[in-house]
Amino acid sequence: MPKIKVPKSAPSLDMTPMVDLAFLLVTFFMLTAKFRNMEPITADPPSSTSLTQLPENVMLITIDTAGRAYYDIAGRGVRQRLMERMILRYPGVKFTPDQIDEFSKMGTFGQPVELMAQYIAADADMKTIMDNGGKGIPMDSLNNQLGDWIQEGYYAFMDDATDKGMTKDQLKKEGLRYAIKADGNTDYEKVKRVIDVFRDKEIYQFNMVTNLEGGNDNADANLTTK
Amino acid sequence: MAEIIGGGGGGGKHGKKKAKKGAASIDMTPMVDMAFLLLTFFVLAATLAKPKAMEIIYPKEVDETDTTKTKLQDRLATTLLLGVNENEVFYYPGLFKPEETVLILTDFSKDGFRKVMLERNATVDSQVKQLKEKLFNKEIDEATYQEAYKQVVNADDAPFVIIKTVGGTKYKNVINGMDELNICNVRKRAIQDMAESEFIALRQKSSELGLKKK
Repeated sequence: MPKIKVPKSAPSLDMTPMVDLAFLLVTFFMLTAKFRNMEPITADPPSSTSLTQLPENVMLITIDTAGRAYYDIAGRGVRQRLMERMILRYPGVKFTPDQIDEFSKMGTFGQPVELMAQYIAADADMKTIMDNGGKGIPMDSLNNQLGDWIQEGYYAFMDDATDKGMTKDQLKKEGLRYAIKADGNTDYEKVKRVIDVFRDKEIYQFNMVTNLEGGNDNADANLTTK
Repeated sequence: MAEIIGGGGGGGKHGKKKAKKGAASIDMTPMVDMAFLLLTFFVLAATLAKPKAMEIIYPKEVDETDTTKTKLQDRLATTLLLGVNENEVFYYPGLFKPEETVLILTDFSKDGFRKVMLERNATVDSQVKQLKEKLFNKEIDEATYQEAYKQVVNADDAPFVIIKTVGGTKYKNVINGMDELNICNVRKRAIQDMAESEFIALRQKSSELGLKKK
């Protein structure tokens, strides 16, 4: 009986579709990726078992161990409006349209409003120097700039939402949320100072940014472990 | 490495080099490797960058003279005292009586404050677990669950916890405490400043126990 001959040749697989797909995915992820803005300070938040994700439309106050407060708000349109509103509130400070545009692209900042124009114009090295030597955004009762940023940020967000035609239901679901990201070793007292500024503006609900804790003792995991 | 053509002229006697004929084939392996490397990076970066957040609701400034509000019962209370040092974590049940109340040392480990609160909050906790199981088995939908959950944890006889802080209390400890309460399903809670008498008791107790800064 003749044996069936197996053709001798290197087994080859057409990899083209796989490679196509890989590149498609690479392109997708690259295009959807957002660049994180440089953060002027490092705040290492404490860990918790909370699984809730930080909302999209968020006003974020970062607090470092020294108690300095830094401000950030999401959305270019919102930031543009916010700056225009702050200029009205502080007539002494001047910004060029370019600087306003630059501000809308910026991330977290922690400078008093008088120094903002200088800060925006500064290069990366100068910014680091200003951040390290700065005192954060002033929030004492005589010069409560943080309170103003919070209030104007809210109005700017609402104006922007109206322009975008957000409905009441949408606003309820994805309206502006307030987050606080503080370093774990900060004195609670210093975090409380920021919270009190918010409370003055009748804002009582916060998202405390935390790292996800390791292990399986999550609040939601209790379900299966009993 | 690339060679520079020309110069020297030490080549063969042929004036021109002939291009080889045949299907041009490039080894694509490095390119594909690179593509997958990038893919892995972007996939991981996209999912890892999402920060988590814990929701905390602070009360409005309450009017102390308002007596219409129902008063919480003292026996349901547990007070968590957080000192300046990270390991200064004490609690006491019920109302604070300057001479009588004994502070009990605890911590945020599995057998620390969590065990205490799970015991004190056992009724609520078991009810919540039943609800979760029902939700898990699809006996009730999410909205019903949320509604029932709110009722259970805010029941009149549900235990409540007051976290008290002093000037130097670390933010980390406050969050840890809140986290334990989340795990134990204690939703009735508040963060307050420590009273002077409580602070004195805390300092006394921690010097008795010889607690030092870690």
